[in-house]
Amino acid sequence: MKRAEDINEKIPWQEMTVGCEIYEPGTSRLTKTGEWRSRTPEWIKDKCKQCVLCAPFCPDACIPVKDGKREEFDYDHCKGCGICIKACPFDAIVWREE
Amino acid sequence: MSIRDRLSGNEAIATAMRQINPDVFAMFPITPSTEIPQYFAQYVADGKVDTEFICVESEHSSMSACMGAEAAGCRAVTATSSAGLSFMNEVLYVAASSRLPIVLAVSCRALTGPININHDYSDSMAERDSGFIQLYGENNQEVYDNYLMAHRIAEHPDVRLPLMVCEDGFITSHAIENIEIEEDDKVKAFVGEYKPENYLLKEENPLAVGPYGVSNYYMEAHVAQAHAMMNAKKVILEVAADFEKTFGRKYGFFEEYRMEDAEIAMVIMGSSAGTAKAAVDELRESGVKAGLIKLRVFRPFPGEEIAQALKNCKAVAVMDKSEGFSACGGPLYAETCGACFNLETRPKMVDIVFGLGGRDFTVEAAKSVYDRLGKIAAGGEIGDIYTHMGQREK
Repeated sequence: MKRAEDINEKIPWQEMTVGCEIYEPGTSRLTKTGEWRSRTPEWIKDKCKQCVLCAPFCPDACIPVKDGKREEFDYDHCKGCGICIKACPFDAIVWREE
Repeated sequence: MSIRDRLSGNEAIATAMRQINPDVFAMFPITPSTEIPQYFAQYVADGKVDTEFICVESEHSSMSACMGAEAAGCRAVTATSSAGLSFMNEVLYVAASSRLPIVLAVSCRALTGPININHDYSDSMAERDSGFIQLYGENNQEVYDNYLMAHRIAEHPDVRLPLMVCEDGFITSHAIENIEIEEDDKVKAFVGEYKPENYLLKEENPLAVGPYGVSNYYMEAHVAQAHAMMNAKKVILEVAADFEKTFGRKYGFFEEYRMEDAEIAMVIMGSSAGTAKAAVDELRESGVKAGLIKLRVFRPFPGEEIAQALKNCKAVAVMDKSEGFSACGGPLYAETCGACFNLETRPKMVDIVFGLGGRDFTVEAAKSVYDRLGKIAAGGEIGDIYTHMGQREK
């Protein structure tokens, strides 16, 4: 069975899976979809009260939570939608100046 | 033993579905295909099948539901016509590129407008590039037989493509004929169980279907899909050979009717072929070397085989029962000409668009086509290569 990690831009069409099927879960880790982002949220740690409201609002699960506390954004997968900025009651997430 | 029974085309398809007992039927009604889910609903109510019968809100949804069911590892079917098939358009491409072997019964009906419920192939021809295999039947028996072969072709590991079983709306779908129905257990044994290797909630390795595939993967995906359609040719013939061995009726890509020494021939599809065969018989009695090719498989298009079958003819009329609005001929003409172009010597070929929206096609009309072909074959002018037949005209 073809593993997702063996599907890449070098393989010939004969080695693609039928219908581009993927035979295992959790393969979004292999694809850095954060490249699509045009704007980037930034976490202001000093203002953060660790209420962790931002994490469940993130549609792409890009705010990791460990031991009840949020950590730095997963920028490899954050699309820059800005929902976390709206969700934060303490202005602890802002658009990064580009 | 086969069972002799009188059935409409729709009931023949519904009967085949009952015998196959698919896992899911996602239904939405539209004339003239409505009777298929109507008959099937009775089978569900009577406990003759254990199919999950889902009444959805549109054809876009019925095809989408079939996709979900197939991805989950089920055998999924539906039926539609005309505008319903057009409304499925987007999902047909997704189903084909996701390589989900859904079987779709199409009672072919003209597309609007003007609004028309009668037969032509404008609906199915509009989906000729969707990636579905397309089988066409001349009569109720062929439609039933095509349906019995459909799942095996579609689900074959070298193919894995969805498939349309096409019948002529009303002419075939509603007319009742005496046909041979096979016994339930023999049908079940012939069609077999559907056991896909992978499916959505497979415990050991769950399946993901329909990933993002832009320029770095799309080309490879489509080349693979194109090869699957080429592979379907071999599988269609293998399944037909087993069908003949099992049930005794013979099928190929097309039927060659009195083509052995034919100098003039027609390429035609569906019920109209029966009418044209009567014309061929009459002409043969008066010594005219007329023949006919009735196409059963439009996708994959059997180009090389058709070219071989036509290569000794002097003049050929391709009969298109859909317009296409290309201003130079209908879709069947374009395919047939393309197939014959590289022959060393090829027949003169004209396109005749006929029977649109249920306009009648008669033996006399077919004879007039052969009359014209006879004159072309005798060295006369070919005249307009793209004409219409059967319309009122000044």
